Amino acid sequence: MPRLLVPSRRPLLLTRRSALLGAAALTTSACDSARPREGFLGAMERVNQRLQGALFAEDRLAPELPPEEATPPGDFPQYFVSESMPLVPQGWALKVGGLVERPGMLSLEDLQRLPRTEYRIRHHCVEGWSAVASWHGVRVSDVARYVGADPRAGYVELRSFDSGYWSSWDRPSAFHAQTILAYGMNGQPLSPAHGAPLRLYSAVKLGYKMVKYLTEVNFLPEPTGGYWEERGYEWYAGV
Amino acid sequence: MAHWVNVPLLVIMAGSGLQILAAYPMLGTQGRPYGWYPFQGTPPPEWARIGDWLAGARGWHFAFGGFLALNGFVYLLYLALSGEWRRRLFFPRRDTRNAVSTLAFYLRLRKQPPDQGLYNGLQRLAYTGALILGILAVLSGLALYKPVQLGALATLLGGYDSARAIHLLVLASFVLFTVGHVVMVLLHPRSFGEMVTGGRKPDA
Repeated sequence: MPRLLVPSRRPLLLTRRSALLGAAALTTSACDSARPREGFLGAMERVNQRLQGALFAEDRLAPELPPEEATPPGDFPQYFVSESMPLVPQGWALKVGGLVERPGMLSLEDLQRLPRTEYRIRHHCVEGWSAVASWHGVRVSDVARYVGADPRAGYVELRSFDSGYWSSWDRPSAFHAQTILAYGMNGQPLSPAHGAPLRLYSAVKLGYKMVKYLTEVNFLPEPTGGYWEERGYEWYAGV
Repeated sequence: MAHWVNVPLLVIMAGSGLQILAAYPMLGTQGRPYGWYPFQGTPPPEWARIGDWLAGARGWHFAFGGFLALNGFVYLLYLALSGEWRRRLFFPRRDTRNAVSTLAFYLRLRKQPPDQGLYNGLQRLAYTGALILGILAVLSGLALYKPVQLGALATLLGGYDSARAIHLLVLASFVLFTVGHVVMVLLHPRSFGEMVTGGRKPDA
């Protein structure tokens, strides 16, 4: 029997003084702002992740917004981690792999032949701002069906040509009806500023989870972290 | 006890909240900042922030937010089950006159304090206000945390950006309450002992 499970004979004296000292020691040693995914902060992230997963409903949709709510062109922030704007490499095609029956390369035309989904919804950034645009593309769930993704693939990994920026998603969020591989924004083909030729877009996660400049989508049995997630940002990041 | 748990938790939540605000010190959606907010683009002062950077502050905020909400919930439960709500909450018909007289006394417009029990009308008003602030803080915080999964709550608060403004206004109001609260305790040192021990037992 593991030692920890053996009840202690010594009565546990929890005085107010020891509780306060313990709490103070806990917060200073286990709450490291530089590493918020470790120690007590990290343990609470995992608790919150379970709560967020329980709160998530597959059929709950973000409200679609009227054109008047759209953020004025130019005010929708651009973002990439490379020093200059990543431009689509010659002969680009999306590599789809992992636990799938038909791994391979999908061209933009291949993706555009699959059912098209379009919506105008609010974007929520981890920094606290919101913005509104319309996006069109193909659902990740439709791509998964097209390539025959295995049900054991509980996670979806997205990789990019933006200096290796990547992220990984839980299957329910990735397969949500409003999670798409977007090739267009505001009725136009996706511009390099917003992730051309293909990016992930979704109603159910914060912006940093929506990988732009996509090169690879992999259906995997385990999560594989992410660019910001490795630097201390929360992995689940649902909204 | 619940009261003192609030002190470190509120400090953590306020400090980490301000560090989160520093990542985008504007109110209103992109391209349409709120005109009424006087501090657009001004980050909160560094001494008031906890968490060093956005991810650190979010770590603190979401690790401890649940405990503050839980503590508030336990207190609400205590109020309801013990019957203390009758003595502590502000009822306009019963307490307005006393609150006004007490205020007049503090402002030196009145020489004698009005008759009072354990809590006067002004105290009841302040404590009930703090309770409502706490409830608003939790609700607006949840709306910001899950604006899609708790979409109905976000809509109730006027949408995501409105909930963000409410969340910050609640903090500003809490600061005002705390200043008033501490000044009052300093003016009435004897009450401090009662805050520590839990206070006098009800007479009845």
